[in-house]
Amino acid sequence: MLLQRFFVRLLTMLITLFGVAVVVFVVIRVAPGDPIAMMLPPGATDADIARLRALYGLDKSIVEQFFIWLSGVVRGDFGTSISLRQDVLGLVFNRLPATLELAIVALVMAVAIGGTTAILGARERGTAVEAGIDIASGAALSIPDFLWGLVLILLFGVLVPIFDISGRVSPQLDLPFVTQFYFFESLLRLRFDLTWDLLKHMLMPAVALALPLAAIISQLLKQSLKEVLDLDYVVLARVKGFSETQVILREALKNAALPTLTLVGVQFTFLIGGTVIVERLFSYEGLGNMAIDAVINRDLPLIQGIVLVFALLFVLINLAVDMMYALLNPRLRHG
Amino acid sequence: MDKSHTSRRRRSPRLWLAGGWLLLALLAAIFAPLVAPQDPLAQDLMLERLPPFWLDGAEPGYWLGTDSLGRDLLSRLIFGGRIAFIVAFAAAIAACLVGSTLGLIAGYFGGWADRIVSRVVDIWMAFPPVLFAILLVAVLGTGLGSVILAIAIIDWTRFCRVIRAEAMGQSRMDYVENARIAGYGRVGIMLREVLPNVVPSIVALLSLEMGIAVIVEAILSFVNLSISTDDPTWGGIIAEGRLSIHQAWWVLVFPLVTLILTVLSFSQFGEALKTRFDPVLR
Repeated sequence: MLLQRFFVRLLTMLITLFGVAVVVFVVIRVAPGDPIAMMLPPGATDADIARLRALYGLDKSIVEQFFIWLSGVVRGDFGTSISLRQDVLGLVFNRLPATLELAIVALVMAVAIGGTTAILGARERGTAVEAGIDIASGAALSIPDFLWGLVLILLFGVLVPIFDISGRVSPQLDLPFVTQFYFFESLLRLRFDLTWDLLKHMLMPAVALALPLAAIISQLLKQSLKEVLDLDYVVLARVKGFSETQVILREALKNAALPTLTLVGVQFTFLIGGTVIVERLFSYEGLGNMAIDAVINRDLPLIQGIVLVFALLFVLINLAVDMMYALLNPRLRHG
Repeated sequence: MDKSHTSRRRRSPRLWLAGGWLLLALLAAIFAPLVAPQDPLAQDLMLERLPPFWLDGAEPGYWLGTDSLGRDLLSRLIFGGRIAFIVAFAAAIAACLVGSTLGLIAGYFGGWADRIVSRVVDIWMAFPPVLFAILLVAVLGTGLGSVILAIAIIDWTRFCRVIRAEAMGQSRMDYVENARIAGYGRVGIMLREVLPNVVPSIVALLSLEMGIAVIVEAILSFVNLSISTDDPTWGGIIAEGRLSIHQAWWVLVFPLVTLILTVLSFSQFGEALKTRFDPVLR
């Protein structure tokens, strides 16, 4: 049952990815503006242009180009970046860890903030505390990450300058890292001085990304908690003498968390999508920032590679959440 | 009955505050040449980085101060509102028409129509939206039409997903079955019976989408991909403000406040309208 569900999902995932590849390819090839012309110095001969077009496969028909590109992609060959003249996959893998770290830190923050306020709101239901949480989460949800980023830059970058507003790490530091996961590696190496520097750069973009998701988690989890808190088994726990906080943490949370979990999966992909502009805002050297440069430079292979990696990430997250839901939901587990 | 009445009255100030701000901003944008105190494009290096009116060194007539080229911030915000509102209305309506139509068809007819539409929505959801928008504008070429088209191409799925789910729910209701027994055709039922019942959701989404369109336009002009660089846009002003943040914070603060108020107003206005239109709550 579970395995069958997995394979069905895997198949739809592949169809989705193929669709993404087609859409990206078509969109990009419709683009006016010749990337080859931009690469060459003025005064290049027609023969030079033709040679370069052939080198990048741009002289073949669009369907041919698509399948040449796709067969390369399947083998892990995403082509060569036109503006940076390096292997696309290498460039993408070099930048992806920075974005993943940022997204994961933001996700952890969102779960922490959203979970705490949900539990607090459920415990203090019907009071001014709950009303305050509702107003705060309403505002956090309505204002998108781009605007939160700007608000944070003003508050903690200018008004009270305690955090860095641009870059990923202070440039004067010596970095001993062997992976691109600077933040996680600094933790493992116990180099907390570097962790702190990375965190000072990462905190504001992460909060900007986390706030809308925290609001969604807070609202949905609080709603589910309040529903569960009226059920018999919870009432029984209360009668047994557990405090309201204990009742929520030990009894209610487990059963209320499932709907939130499903939603967090989808919303996490939105959060990752948000990194594109938030990285730009904070000059954070991640995949999203590189993507915008790639678009501005009309670097077709690089754009294709980045969009495809984002899409792969999105469908993998959805697949993982779906499987987790199936594993945790008793009705599906024994179905 | 009583309960919904009081809750509606409590929601009313929200509707009026949100609607009031939107109306004010819209009127200012429409009558920009009459309202704006200065020419939004006029540069004057003698007047660069003037602070807003309550600070020392402010000049009369430049209420919110000037940017690094001496251009009047208030006038630029008012003129920038023109592009923001054009994009908001045009892009949201286009996305709404495409998304609602496909959602209604997929939800009401089900079967193959639903399978195809859902698959396309899945593919669309696998794109990071901001990157998709930037890519589309780069491909279509900068300009007002491209920005509107790009937002519509990306955000129709928002309408499609919600309306599909609602139409699916409605089509299982008794009244739809009754209409079928009464001899109405499927398309007739869809338009006459199902559509009116999903209108409250469409209205709320439309208002929400206008807010989102304003943000996307601001993001696009922030990365310098929206319309020609001469015309003031809210995102363009923000980009300037981000650069001169340590010398002139007001260049960032005022467009930011304008954007936040506008986005909040659009979403609150939509919510309030939905409660008004909802036949059950009414």
